[in-house]
Amino acid sequence: MDEVLIGSVLASTLRVSVPLILCALAGVLCERAGVIDLGLEGKMLMTAFAAASVGTWTGSLALALAAAVVVGVMLSMLHGYACVSHGGDQVVLGMAITMTAAGLTVVLGIAWFAQGGQTPALPDSVRLSGWFEGAGALVAQVPWVGQALALAFFGHNLMVYGSLLAVVGVWWLLYRTRFGLRLRAAGENPAMVDAAGVSVKLLRYQALALNGVMCSMAGAYLVVAQNPSFIPNMTAGRGYMALAALIFGKWHPVGALWACLLFGFMDAVSIRLQGVELPGIGEVPVQFIQALPYVMTVVLLAGFIGRAVAPKALGRPYVKER
Amino acid sequence: MTQPVELPRWIDVAVLPAVNLAMALLVAGLVVLLVGFEPGQVIALLIKGAFGSQAGLSYTLYYATTFVFTGLAVAVAFHGGVFNIGGEGQAIMGGLGAGLAALALGAVLPAALMLPLMVLAAALFGMVWGAVPGALQAWRGSHTVITTIMFNFIAAALLSYLLVGALKEPGNMTPESRAFADSARMPGIHEALGWLGVTWPRTPLNLSVLLAVAAAVLVYLGLWKTRAGYALRAVGFAPDAALYAGMSPKWLVTGAMAASGALAGLVGVNEIAGVHGRLLPDFVAGAGFAGIAVCLIGRSHPVGIVLASLLFGALYQGGAELAFEINGFSRDMVFMLQGLVVLFAGAMARVAAPTLARLWRAVSTRRTVAVGGAGHG
Repeated sequence: MDEVLIGSVLASTLRVSVPLILCALAGVLCERAGVIDLGLEGKMLMTAFAAASVGTWTGSLALALAAAVVVGVMLSMLHGYACVSHGGDQVVLGMAITMTAAGLTVVLGIAWFAQGGQTPALPDSVRLSGWFEGAGALVAQVPWVGQALALAFFGHNLMVYGSLLAVVGVWWLLYRTRFGLRLRAAGENPAMVDAAGVSVKLLRYQALALNGVMCSMAGAYLVVAQNPSFIPNMTAGRGYMALAALIFGKWHPVGALWACLLFGFMDAVSIRLQGVELPGIGEVPVQFIQALPYVMTVVLLAGFIGRAVAPKALGRPYVKER
Repeated sequence: MTQPVELPRWIDVAVLPAVNLAMALLVAGLVVLLVGFEPGQVIALLIKGAFGSQAGLSYTLYYATTFVFTGLAVAVAFHGGVFNIGGEGQAIMGGLGAGLAALALGAVLPAALMLPLMVLAAALFGMVWGAVPGALQAWRGSHTVITTIMFNFIAAALLSYLLVGALKEPGNMTPESRAFADSARMPGIHEALGWLGVTWPRTPLNLSVLLAVAAAVLVYLGLWKTRAGYALRAVGFAPDAALYAGMSPKWLVTGAMAASGALAGLVGVNEIAGVHGRLLPDFVAGAGFAGIAVCLIGRSHPVGIVLASLLFGALYQGGAELAFEINGFSRDMVFMLQGLVVLFAGAMARVAAPTLARLWRAVSTRRTVAVGGAGHG
């Protein structure tokens, strides 16, 4: 009984964490290059809508994902055009994307599908199915921990495993490649990058392009794996929670992963704790657990537990000196 | 690449915002076309809905009241060099403050004492919710942008916790408090005009609109006519110079955020005391974010903010009317436009500036050539 409970809590932790992880990675990529992304929420919402719309029309998973990527990268390029090329305020741009996305998706959704902003339920051909179910069945045979392990780690869809691989990929890109070194340098000391003869603007655009791809995966996940259709404002603050997670993870991909899993765990647990009396504590209000990630991030940022230090040039447009 | 562009003041103050607003409207118009409506018809209906009747006008002013509060909130913080995107959370706390005051004392106090108390409580609660992120930035170095976002979520969770728990009306299925006593309800404009013998349709517009006007005047006087306001703007303009001049940036940033939060908190008076007469979730409904758009279009000046608030009030009311009149039109069109305004007037505000500067240079040189003769050849 407890095995099943532990297994299913871990499984739902993983599943709700995936969009957070992908989104936080997107944020890590562009913030390490010195560009603040407050538009994570809006980018995720728009790409989710793009994936759901194209998925509904074509019934093709590949096309749905491609549409999400195109929209995500386009939004990131807009981000770059306004903030990298023209030195616009990055925070304001993020707000703009998020606010526009919330309205535009509903307007287009009503016009195209006439269901109050929702898309119809996506056909099965667009939805991701579970992987490693056979292996899971084998693992479940193992005594004691088998059943919990099988439930927790097997039978998820491709994107769950993909997002974990993406963490490794982003880490490797940032810390083990020349491109990653330059990208991080663009976020810490852009003048030095410039002096070395490397274009800060190009680096930031590249970081933003990767950011767009990651965001679009997070958005697509919401409609091809988590929900059967697009719902207005379905991101429901996940973009901001991913932002909190990347700060909590100190702008490091692996740190962000742990933060996302922690926040995802709280989310998974908060639903199960509803109306449950904990020994010695009593009933924990759901709202308390929901607010906890944000409270923790504030406390961390204020330096009361550890210290999260942002990339030095974060939020500052780079102006080449003459 | 981006050199600061020299523009005459009237272009900077009037033409640039107009151009940016026009671009936002243009993109919104394209979307209107794309989804199959007639932009001309939409605009005509929108104006008629917003200004065409006493009721429509009242709704416009009611929405504008809320936007004046949140727009001023963003502006005050902005002058102090901080970006407050926590208007949403501060407005929630303001409503909570007003609501707690009303629930606790509404039965015993007369309106003449109750209403000012609610205004104070709303301002105080909002102030605390703004001052804490301000202080955290000043003394602990955590950026207000992130902290205020987090505070928005924390405030929403707190309100929802109270509304399903301690403040919930027994027997009521929806998560809301009991209705306030009559003394704790801000009189509507129709009632106020009724005292003067004028009949006016019943709308949510209430006396908070006067509070909004007073707030705009006070913000103007405070920022431009007092020492503290001067110091605040100095800190926002050049923190190091202000420090060198003997001002205290830490306290001023905290003060700016406190004043900002207090202004945002007054949204609670308009919505909770003026309209709903009870505490309920989601009464802010994005007004805090709308304040960013209002402040950007209003160029952070109280006069501009009042005008921009009227514009957005008209868009909200006109949009609601449109959704009612045209099948398939949704008010989300207005939310989208709001985002586009923030995009064009905020993030891309300086994109149009070089082009305008080039145009201006072309025009002004031609004029000097025409006036000064062909002397320069």
